[in-house]
Amino acid sequence: MQSLGIRVLFNVKNIRRLLEGLMVTARIAFISILIGSLLGVVLGVIWTAKRKWIRSICRIYLEMFRIIPIFVWLFVMYFGGTTALNVDLSGETVSIIVFTLWGTAEMGDIVRGALKSLPQHQVESGKAIGLGFWELYRYILIPQAVRRMLPGAINLATRMIKTTSLVVLIGVIDVIKVGQQIIEYSRIEIPTASFWVYGFVFILYFAVCYPLSKLSRMLENKWNR
Amino acid sequence: MEQIGVLIVNRKTNEVLLEVEGLHKKYDGITVLEDINLSINKGEVVVILGPSGCGKSTLLRCLNGLEKIQGGDIRFHGKSIVSKDVNWQEIRQRIGMVFQNYELFPHMTVIENIILGPVKVQKRNKSEVLEQARQLLDRVGLLDRQNSYPRQLSGGQKQRIAIVRALCMNPEIMLFDEVTASLDPEMVREVLDVILGLAKQGITMLIVTHEMSFARAVADRIVFIDEAKICEITDSHEFFTKPKTERAQHFLNIFQY
Repeated sequence: MQSLGIRVLFNVKNIRRLLEGLMVTARIAFISILIGSLLGVVLGVIWTAKRKWIRSICRIYLEMFRIIPIFVWLFVMYFGGTTALNVDLSGETVSIIVFTLWGTAEMGDIVRGALKSLPQHQVESGKAIGLGFWELYRYILIPQAVRRMLPGAINLATRMIKTTSLVVLIGVIDVIKVGQQIIEYSRIEIPTASFWVYGFVFILYFAVCYPLSKLSRMLENKWNR
Repeated sequence: MEQIGVLIVNRKTNEVLLEVEGLHKKYDGITVLEDINLSINKGEVVVILGPSGCGKSTLLRCLNGLEKIQGGDIRFHGKSIVSKDVNWQEIRQRIGMVFQNYELFPHMTVIENIILGPVKVQKRNKSEVLEQARQLLDRVGLLDRQNSYPRQLSGGQKQRIAIVRALCMNPEIMLFDEVTASLDPEMVREVLDVILGLAKQGITMLIVTHEMSFARAVADRIVFIDEAKICEITDSHEFFTKPKTERAQHFLNIFQY
């Protein structure tokens, strides 16, 4: 009986639906990681400003995403935001917005930390050969900061992928929701479906996150040559 | 005029390149430089001497816009470079500076370090810059290291590359800020030889150093600073044989066993 449970995964329709769900998860995660990383670099550079009020605003922005749980943000944006602004956004769009905002905040902090850790002398050496503000960041500071922030950034990316499982709360049909539906649907016929389906979802998440860890290790090795 | 001058043929001119007048510099209310007056002619080599913490390095940093000054004037080619709207990015291309800590950019190879400024800032032709960079590297004996990363080089090699990096911008004057201070003793010579070579070519230089015999060999004039003030400006030979002030005398005695 137990061993027959795996039948649930031999159903092509089930697998296709799970992979479709995975696409939703991956889409939300990767779009927000991509935009969040780019905006995060911008935020990180702004964060190193001398003016205190600029740094305070950045800090408040980050803390808002650290302190308030992501699912509260999803609720506020999906149920509150759309009504207040009178716009009609899909759950997936709201998810991408929330995850991008979160990714930007955390990435900004990582970039800021990496930039701050670079020796002041790098800045002076750059200035001494006539580099202006943007050239200094473009050629000297950001390339070096990227090397230093890599472990933190990859950690953030995997955390974001995993946290996308919260989007079911605002009605997005992601890989986990699809899994639940399949389990519900086949509960009578296959009582152990939950084990197999969730086990498969587990492997899918691993398959998405593992290449990232691998990539980070590869880049680290390359830069440590 | 002076004995060291034999090495150097007709390199000094009467054209004033850099002028400092009544410069004041304070850090949090503490005066580090007071009423500094100094002028450097084109082709001249001026060495600044003085005890640690007297403000030598700070003076150099002021001349390259890395420090704000609280009073006085700095003129480059007769034009003031202390007002707010001075384009330091442009001036720094003409006033080269080499620091104590030979900060090469660790993520770039030697050659990339050198051509970054000329190509990206001065927008010069890359192949022309590469050729110049290789010539300069050859001259400091490091052409074979052009594709190395800074971490693969010794301190003395890094410092020579830092000098080449500054030279490749074709500056009109070079500022050297204790460039041998953090080197192992056996590497000091190779770096000083490079600077001496530049002096012979007639490059205008302002040098802060603690190497007395080098100062004597390279300098046309010595500026002696103590307690934030210039005590004396004397011809190099005269300074080492009969300094005018007691403080300078005292300072020179410390270096003799």
